[in-house]
Amino acid sequence: MLNGKVALVTGAGRGIGRAIAKALAKEGAFVVVNYNGSQDKAKETVDLIEKAGGKAEIYGCNVADFAACGEMVKALIAQHGHIDILVNNAGITKDNLLMKMSEEDFDKVINTNLKGCFNTMKHLSRQFLKQRSGKIINISSVTGIMGNAGQANYCASKAGIIGLTKSAARELGSRGINVNAVAPGFIETEMTGILPESIKEKMKEQILLGRTGGAEEVADVVAFLASEKAAYITGQVISVDGGMAV
Amino acid sequence: MLERIAEIIREQLNADGIAITMDTSFEKDLEADSLDLFELVMTLEDEYGVEIPSEELEQLTTVGAVVKYLQDKGVEE
Repeated sequence: MLNGKVALVTGAGRGIGRAIAKALAKEGAFVVVNYNGSQDKAKETVDLIEKAGGKAEIYGCNVADFAACGEMVKALIAQHGHIDILVNNAGITKDNLLMKMSEEDFDKVINTNLKGCFNTMKHLSRQFLKQRSGKIINISSVTGIMGNAGQANYCASKAGIIGLTKSAARELGSRGINVNAVAPGFIETEMTGILPESIKEKMKEQILLGRTGGAEEVADVVAFLASEKAAYITGQVISVDGGMAV
Repeated sequence: MLERIAEIIREQLNADGIAITMDTSFEKDLEADSLDLFELVMTLEDEYGVEIPSEELEQLTTVGAVVKYLQDKGVEE
C-alpha cells in the first residue's frame, strides 16, 4: 500500500509512535524513526521493523527545536530525494493542576507537542508543495476534544494541533496534500501506564466499548490515512477512542 | 532576464498569451494567490540557484520586483 514511500514519524522510539512506524513499514514505506531522548529505544524500533522485513533508520532531533527540524528535513530530502508521509507523534506530559502548574511545565509541553508539529510541517510543506503530494497526520488526543483535569498544558497542545491541522488542510488542499489528525483515547502505553489505578478505572467507565485501546489500533488508522485509500479525506479529526468522546 | 522569467511565470500560473512586463502585478494582473506566488518562487530558486526566504515574499508583488531581487542576488541573465 505504501511501497516506495518515505515516512517520517516523530517520537517513534516507543508507544504509539513505534506502533505507527511498524505499521507504515509493514505497508512497504521506508520509515525514518525520529527520537529525542532514547536512541536505544529508537534502534529497537528499527530492529523490530527490520526483523519483520521492513526498512527503517533512526534520526535524532528535538522537534521543539525549529532550526534542528529544518536540518532534519534538509538531510532527509538530500538522502532520499523525497518525503511522502509526515506523522507528528512526538509528545510529552507534565501533569499538574492548573494552580500548581509551573510556567516551565506549560511551555515545555506546548513547545514539544504543538510547536513541534508546526516546526516539521513548516519545513516539510515546501517539499510537499514541490511534489504536489504529501500526507500529514498529526496525533492529537481525546483530551484535546474533551479536556482533562490535571492536563491543562497537554490538552491545550492537543486542541491546538486540531486547529493547526485544519488550517494546514485549508492551505494545502488545492495542491493535493492531505492533512488530518488522529485523536487516540485511552491507549495502553508507558505514558498512560504511570496513571494511578483509580484514574484508569474512572477513564475506562467513559469508554463505550468498555476497554482500553492498543497502540496498533491507532497505528492502523494512521496507515490508512497515509495511503491513497484515504485520498478524499482531509482536514478531519479521526477519533480512535472506543467511543470515549461521543 | 525578463523574457525567461515571463516564460516561467506563464507556465507556472497558466497565463498563456498574457503580456508580461516589469509592471505586471501577480495579484491584480495574473490573479495569483499567495500559494501560487510561493510555488513560483520555488521554481525560480531551482532555475537560478538562489535562495529566497519566505519572509521576503511579501515584497515581490510585481514581475519587476522579482527581476530586481534576482539582479541584487547577482543573477545576470
